[in-house]
Amino acid sequence: MQLTVWTYEGPPHVGAMRVATAMEGLHYVLHAPQGDTYADLLFTMIERRSKRPPVTYTTFQARDLGSDTAGLFKTAAREAYERFQPQAMIVGASCTAELLQDDPGGLARAIGLPVPVIPLELPSYQKKENWGAAETFYQLVRAFAGSAAPRPDAVSGAREPGVRPSCNILGPTALGFRHRDDVREIAALLDRLGIEVNVIAPMGATPADLVRLGEADFNVVLYPEIADVAAQWLKRTFKQPLVKTVPIGVGATRDFINEVAEVANVDPAPTLDDAPSRLPWYSRSVDSTYLTGKRVFIFGDATHALAAARVASEELGFEVAGLGTYSREFARDVRQAASSYGIEALITEDYLEVEARVAELQPELILGTQMERHIAKRLGIPCAVISAPTHVQDYPARTSPQMGFEGANVLFDTWVHPLMMGLEEHLLGMFREDFEFRDEAAPSHLGTSHKAAEIKVEAPVAVASEAAVADAGASWDPDAEQELRKIPFFVRGKARRNTERFACEQGVAVITVETLYDAKAHFGR
Amino acid sequence: MNCLTAPAPVERGAALEERAVLRERGQHEVFCGLTGIIWLHRKIQDAFFLVVGSRTCAHLIQSAAGVMIFAEPRFGTAIIEERDLAGLADMNAELDRAVTSLLERRPEIKILFLVGSCPSEVIKLDLSRAAARLSETCSPDVRVFSYSGSGIETTFTQGEDACLAALVPALPQEPVAAEASLMVVGALPDVVEDQFRRLFDALGVGPVGFLPPRQSGALPAVGPQTRFLLAQPFLDTTARTLEKRGASPITAPFPMGAEGTTAWLLAAAELWGVSRERFEDVTAPGRERAKRALQRHRERLAGKRVFFFPDSQLEIPLARFLARELEMELVEVGTPYLRQDHMAPELALLPPDVVVSEGQHVDKQIERCREARPDLVVCGLGLANPFEAEGITTKWSIELVFSPIHGYEQAGDLAELFARPLDRRSRLEV
Ligand code: SF4
Repeated sequence: MQLTVWTYEGPPHVGAMRVATAMEGLHYVLHAPQGDTYADLLFTMIERRSKRPPVTYTTFQARDLGSDTAGLFKTAAREAYERFQPQAMIVGASCTAELLQDDPGGLARAIGLPVPVIPLELPSYQKKENWGAAETFYQLVRAFAGSAAPRPDAVSGAREPGVRPSCNILGPTALGFRHRDDVREIAALLDRLGIEVNVIAPMGATPADLVRLGEADFNVVLYPEIADVAAQWLKRTFKQPLVKTVPIGVGATRDFINEVAEVANVDPAPTLDDAPSRLPWYSRSVDSTYLTGKRVFIFGDATHALAAARVASEELGFEVAGLGTYSREFARDVRQAASSYGIEALITEDYLEVEARVAELQPELILGTQMERHIAKRLGIPCAVISAPTHVQDYPARTSPQMGFEGANVLFDTWVHPLMMGLEEHLLGMFREDFEFRDEAAPSHLGTSHKAAEIKVEAPVAVASEAAVADAGASWDPDAEQELRKIPFFVRGKARRNTERFACEQGVAVITVETLYDAKAHFGR
Repeated sequence: MNCLTAPAPVERGAALEERAVLRERGQHEVFCGLTGIIWLHRKIQDAFFLVVGSRTCAHLIQSAAGVMIFAEPRFGTAIIEERDLAGLADMNAELDRAVTSLLERRPEIKILFLVGSCPSEVIKLDLSRAAARLSETCSPDVRVFSYSGSGIETTFTQGEDACLAALVPALPQEPVAAEASLMVVGALPDVVEDQFRRLFDALGVGPVGFLPPRQSGALPAVGPQTRFLLAQPFLDTTARTLEKRGASPITAPFPMGAEGTTAWLLAAAELWGVSRERFEDVTAPGRERAKRALQRHRERLAGKRVFFFPDSQLEIPLARFLARELEMELVEVGTPYLRQDHMAPELALLPPDVVVSEGQHVDKQIERCREARPDLVVCGLGLANPFEAEGITTKWSIELVFSPIHGYEQAGDLAELFARPLDRRSRLEV
C-alpha cells in the first residue's frame, strides 16, 4: 500500500480514454462503477471539450455483484454500439472490475458485434495513465495497421519521381500538454521540408486511418511516453524508420529537421536557413544577461523534463539545479541527462518528495507541472508549467505550441515572464538603499499576492526540511539582521538560509556580519 | 409572500399518495461517496480522511477538488497495489503501517476516518475491524472510524451520510434528566451554522448542537431528549442511526429558500412551544431580506423551464424552491435516490405534474432533455460543456453542494447561482 496525497498520473484506463477521446469513430466500453465517470470532466472541463468522451461505463453497483455484472456489461456494449455506431470499439475494466474478472473482451466477442472489438488488459494495480495510453495505442495500431499486412517491398525506398516523402505523426492525445498546438506546428514544419503527413494519430484519426499507417515512409514520434511502443512495432513490421528527436527548443528543432531530412532524403538547408525563432536573439540581447546561471528546478514527464533541461541550459543560460520525472518508464534517460548536469535525478511519484527537494534546493525558477506550480506558489518561487498533469489554464485560447521554432518563442516568453525583468532587477538593486523604497513591494508583474507568498517562504522551508537547522538554533546578531535587510528581498530568503546552514555546519552560535559574508563567500558561485 | 402560511410539516410515515416516479437503470453519470471528503475535511478541522482504494479513487478526489492548493490536505489515499492483492503483503499490516506514519507526521489529527472504496469492498477488506484495532493502539490521542464512500454502495452525497452515521455511536450520551435539546444534522458552512445558531437562540430553541462539529471535541450529546433536524436531504442513514440512540426526528422541508427555511425553523419552534409572535419577530428580518434578494432574480427566472439531472439528492428541495419562490417551470427533476417517506414534506410542495425521475440512464435522459429544450439544465461537470456546445444553458450542480445555500441570508445567492448562467447567455454576442 502506498500513501498518496496527489497523483501525477491517473489510472491506466484514463490513458485509454485519452486515446479514445482523441480519435474519431472509436468507442470505449469500460466496466466500472459509477464514481469512475468523474473522468469525463477531465476532458469536458479541463480541456473544455465540447463533446462527451466516447466512453460508456457499465456503472455496476454492489447489488449487481452477486448477480450479473457480466450481463450488465453485455447490455452496455450492445447499447453503446447501437447508439454510437462506431467503426470499432475498445473494451476493458477499471480497477474495481478487474477484481471481478468478468473478461470484457470475451463478453464482447460473445455478443458478436459487427465491428472490430479490441480488448484492453490494463493492470490497474501496477500501471498508470501514460502506460495505459501507450498500451491502448499499441493495441489499436497492431489491430488495424496489422491487417494491412507488412509488404515485403514496401520499403524498397525507391519513390516515384515527383512523389513527396510521407510520414505519420504519432503520439498526440486528448488532455495532453499543448498537443493540439504542437501538431499544428510540426505538421507545418514537415510541409516546409516537402514532406507529406500521411496520418496523425491518435489525435483526429479514425480506425480506418490507422489501417493506412504502413503506407508512410517513416514515423515521427512526438510523445515517446505514448507512441514509442507502437512506433517500435511499426518499425519492425513495416521497416519504417523512426524520428526520435523531440523538437522542443531551437537546438532540438534543428536536430529534428536534420534527422527528418536524412530519413526522408530531402534538403534541410532551406528550412534551417529561414529558421524563424526569435529565441536565439532574445537570449543574446543584453536584457537577458540577468538570466545567466539562474538556478532552475525541472520536473515533469520525461519528454518535457529532458527537453526543458536542454533548453534551460543551452538556450537560456540557466543552471539546471534539479531535474526529475514521474515517468518511471524513462527513468534511465532522465538519470543520464541529470548526471550530465552534474546532479542527481529525482525519480518519484511522491509530490511531497518533490516539494522537499524544491525547498532544499531553493531554485530561482521552477519548470514543472500543475503540482509544482502549487509548490512554487507556496514557496514564493516563480514557476512555468511545462508538462502534464495540466489544468484548465494550460489550454489557452491562442495557439501556443511547445515544439518547433514558434514553440521556442513560446518557451522564452513563458519561462522568462515569471522572473523579474533584467532592467527591473537592476533598478531595484540601484534603489534599495533609498529610504523611500519599500522593498516589501514586489514587482508589479508578480501580482499583489507576492508579498504574502514571500513571507510564507520561510515557514514551510524551515518546517519541511530544515528543521535540523532551526533546532541547532544559531541566532542572529542585530547588526547581521540589519545587514541581511540590505540584500535585495528576492535573494534574501536564500541568503538567510545559506547563512544559517553555514553557521550550523561551522558550529557558530551567533550569526554576525562576519558570518554572513563568510557564508556568502562559501556558497558564492 | 407570507411564508408563515407554509403547509404544516407532514407527519413522517403518514399516509401520503405515492408520487409516480420514472425509475431508470443504465449508465449513472454521478460521483461516488468519496467526493464528500472534499467538504467534510474542511468542516471537521481535526479529522483526516484516509481512503483505502485505488489510483482511480485518488484521482477522483483530486479531479473533483479541482484545485490542489493545500500542500498536505487532511485527506489521502492508501493505494492498494499488486503485491497487496497477490497476498505478498498482509494488507492489515500495510494499513497499520500507513496509518502510523501518517499520524506521526500529523500529530494535530484527532479523528481518523478509514474510508472504504469499491476495491476495498470487493476484496472484502474489513475496515470496521481495522478501525477498531487502530482505535485501540491510537487511543486516547486519536479515534478511528470507518465508513464506505465506494461507488458500488454510495452516490455522491451519500458519502456524507455514511460518514455522519459512523460518528453517531461515538456521540456522548446525554445526561439523565437532560432538558430537551436540538441537534442540527448535516455539514453546513460555518457562516450558515452561525446564522442558524443565532436564530435558534433568539427563538429560545435549544441548546443546539451541530453534527458534524467543527472540532471532534465538540461532538453533540444524544439521547431520548434529543430532537434532530436534518439540514440536508441525503441523511437518512444518519437519521435512522440517531433514532436508534433514542433521538427523535423533526420532520420538515429542508432549509433552502425562504419558504423552506421558515418551515424548517417553524417545525423546531413549534416543538419548543415558541409563540407565533416571537417566531414572526425573530424571522421577519431574514424573511424580508430574502424576499428582496429573490425579487431581483425572479424577473430573470420566472417562467423559465428547468431540467435537473440526478446528482446530489438536493434536486427536489431545489426544484421546490425554484418553482414556488422563483416561479420557474420544472420539466424533469432527476434524483439519484428517492426515499418517498423521507422526502414527503418536500414532495408535497412540488407541483403535481412534474416528472420526478430516480436513478439514471444518462443517454436516454440526455435525449429527453434535448427534446424538451429547457432554458436551464442543472447537471454534473461531465455533461455541462457538451450541453453548452449544443446551445443549452447549464448550471453545474457541484457548486450547489460546495456553496453556502441554506437559510434566509443565502436564498438570494442560491437564486443567483441559477440566474447567472442565463444572465451570461443574454450578455454574450459571440
Ligand atoms: S467509484 Fe469506486 S473505484 Fe471509482 S473512485 Fe469511487 S470508490 Fe474509487
